[in-house]
Amino acid sequence: MNTPTLLLDGLPVPFSAGQTIMEAATAAGVFIPHLCHHPDFKPQGSCKLCTVKANGRYVSACTMPAKDGMEVENDSPDLNDKRRTLLQMLFVEGNHFCPSCEKSGDCLLQALAYELEMLTAHFAQFYPDRPVDASHPDVLLDFNRCILCELCVRASRDVDRKNVFALSGRGIGKHLIVNAESGRLADTGFSLADKAAHVCPVGVILAKRQGFLQPIGQRRYDRQPIAMQFASLPGSGGNGPEA
Amino acid sequence: MMANADFPLESASPIAGGVRRVALDPLSRVEGHGKVTLLLDDAGHVWQARLHIVEFRGFEKFIQGRPYWEVPVMVQRLCGICPVSHHLAAAKALDHVVGADELPPTAEKLRRLMHAGQILQSHALHFFHLSSPDLLFGFASDAARRNIVGIAAAHPEVARQGVLLRRFGQEIIRLTAGKRVHGTGAIPGGVNRALSPAERADLLAGIEQIIAWSRQAVQLVKRLHAADPELYDHFGTCRSSLLSIVGAGGVLDFYDGRLRARDADGRVLADAVHARDYAGLISEEVKSWSYMKFPFLSAIGPREGWYKVGPLARVQNCEAIATPMAEAERREFIAHGCGRIVHAPLAYHWARMIEMLHAAEAIEDLLHDDELSGSELRSSGARHHEGVGVIEAPRGTLIHHYRVGDDDLVTMCNLIVSTTHNNQPMNEAVRRVAQRYIDGQELTEGLLNHIEVAIRCFDPCLSCATHALGRMPLVIELLDASGRLVGRLAGAPDALSSGGGS
Repeated sequence: MNTPTLLLDGLPVPFSAGQTIMEAATAAGVFIPHLCHHPDFKPQGSCKLCTVKANGRYVSACTMPAKDGMEVENDSPDLNDKRRTLLQMLFVEGNHFCPSCEKSGDCLLQALAYELEMLTAHFAQFYPDRPVDASHPDVLLDFNRCILCELCVRASRDVDRKNVFALSGRGIGKHLIVNAESGRLADTGFSLADKAAHVCPVGVILAKRQGFLQPIGQRRYDRQPIAMQFASLPGSGGNGPEA
Repeated sequence: MMANADFPLESASPIAGGVRRVALDPLSRVEGHGKVTLLLDDAGHVWQARLHIVEFRGFEKFIQGRPYWEVPVMVQRLCGICPVSHHLAAAKALDHVVGADELPPTAEKLRRLMHAGQILQSHALHFFHLSSPDLLFGFASDAARRNIVGIAAAHPEVARQGVLLRRFGQEIIRLTAGKRVHGTGAIPGGVNRALSPAERADLLAGIEQIIAWSRQAVQLVKRLHAADPELYDHFGTCRSSLLSIVGAGGVLDFYDGRLRARDADGRVLADAVHARDYAGLISEEVKSWSYMKFPFLSAIGPREGWYKVGPLARVQNCEAIATPMAEAERREFIAHGCGRIVHAPLAYHWARMIEMLHAAEAIEDLLHDDELSGSELRSSGARHHEGVGVIEAPRGTLIHHYRVGDDDLVTMCNLIVSTTHNNQPMNEAVRRVAQRYIDGQELTEGLLNHIEVAIRCFDPCLSCATHALGRMPLVIELLDASGRLVGRLAGAPDALSSGGGS
């Protein structure tokens, strides 16, 4: 029996049964922009950055199973325009001050903004008031940068078995919370060794006193733009700093 | 003319016939945003002259609640000209917070190199790009030509050297901080990278030329002084105390040392004051018409205790410069004062070029030092809740003071930046020049540029001084005897607009 194959921007991409479009593309070294996807976790399709057109329909590449003969449009002006708009909305909803953020150069949101050539925030800034949680001795939570990807929620629940994080509220009021009576990270069983401490794709969950130790030029996305990293390391499928 | 405030011409006395107000707004070829206002009576006599800094920034407030390791990277955004100075002053303050009172030699030398690169590029920028048009063409020369483009046309070699000197300084910053502007090299307790032997060799290949050009720049300023000593020794001159840090053994040191203040005659008023005790040495006064505070030596008081900082103060506050060519030039400069302290604002340029030469020589010495390529980059020790960092920025003494809680967040920040120290001297220089050149005269762009020339001597960075967000243009406005706006100089130097006859 022939290996099932889909056409990704006209390129034949073989895949094995059960793989999603994202998994097939990643294995082939083709980058599909994404934020909430991480190869170590079950996909949830919430950020919509990985939206592709499969047989003419908009779908999330991270949740849609690949099908033999499927024609997938990924790197097109139409899709990249939509992705850029999603990024712009994420940037204005939080407080993303890259110039003084220790995650600069290692941040997936920033890397995607560069990749998709986001030149301005376009929308009016929300400037939300989100105090940081510095109560934990080893970890700082800077909620200003949360993009609601739920990777920490999934990691703490599914890997660490601690359920430290959750999303609360609805719609525009949705926000990341800490599962403690006080709402403070220090009052949970959270540890720097937890998986959840290392999956944040942006600068929310930070090991304290480590900021800026890595010189400019040696940070993850200083070396190569994100799409090229996928091309040079097919199969890596990374999302956070660990990948 | 008459005045009723502490300082002549700071505030106008009641005037029978009323006054008109001239505003120079924006000031040009300075960094940041400010304006000068003059109050003139019907005969054109000056009743009041003030330098206003009109923007407010608020870094001291919004750094509160941020983690301390973010501070050196964030606060350097105060400025795009001397971010390295803010970066290092903050790192030095936080060294104490993380218990790193002594850095590994590699870390300290890399920071010193980064700072010398900063002094070199900033001094070159100021002298060649911002001030040389006034000095080489004349204060009242054609405004259309009085800029770096005009210099490039008339004195191409001077313009070229200015650009390349600056580039060399920026390259040192790039290699030590990761970027030419707003890098991340210094971290609390040390640095995040060393220089490789290859990087040092690349820089060393160009240093001889940089030193030679720096020497030529000193000679150029000396020729200007010699050509018109009356102007250079007296233009806007105001006597005041001097303040700077002085390194071990009394040498000129931009990176570290203890605070020393001299009075206007050169007598030492305070010496070996540790940075952490700065609050006992100086106080700050607030005036309603400027966002920039007015610091003064606490022991003397606001009336007499104001002081100059920056190159003119440093070169006369130290006892020696540790590199031979700059030291020879310093001695010549001191000899020019004939045993008296030189207070002439235009002598700032001379002192500034001596410092640029010293920075170039110091860079060469450091680049030969193998410790720059060492591997021990950080140290730490017992935590403290408070730290003060002081450094000599290109424009003068820069003080950063932070308190940090047990949770690692900043709870208090106080920044006293170089230009703030020079607030009163700049105001006084403006008044001297207004009195000497503007009083009773028909106003012209060239005459008003004399005021800007006086301000430029101090190389003010008005954005830093108010920690303000935004641009730094300066405005001059002219009011008539009834307070009506009759003239306004804004934006480009040739933009003197008339609102009823100026």
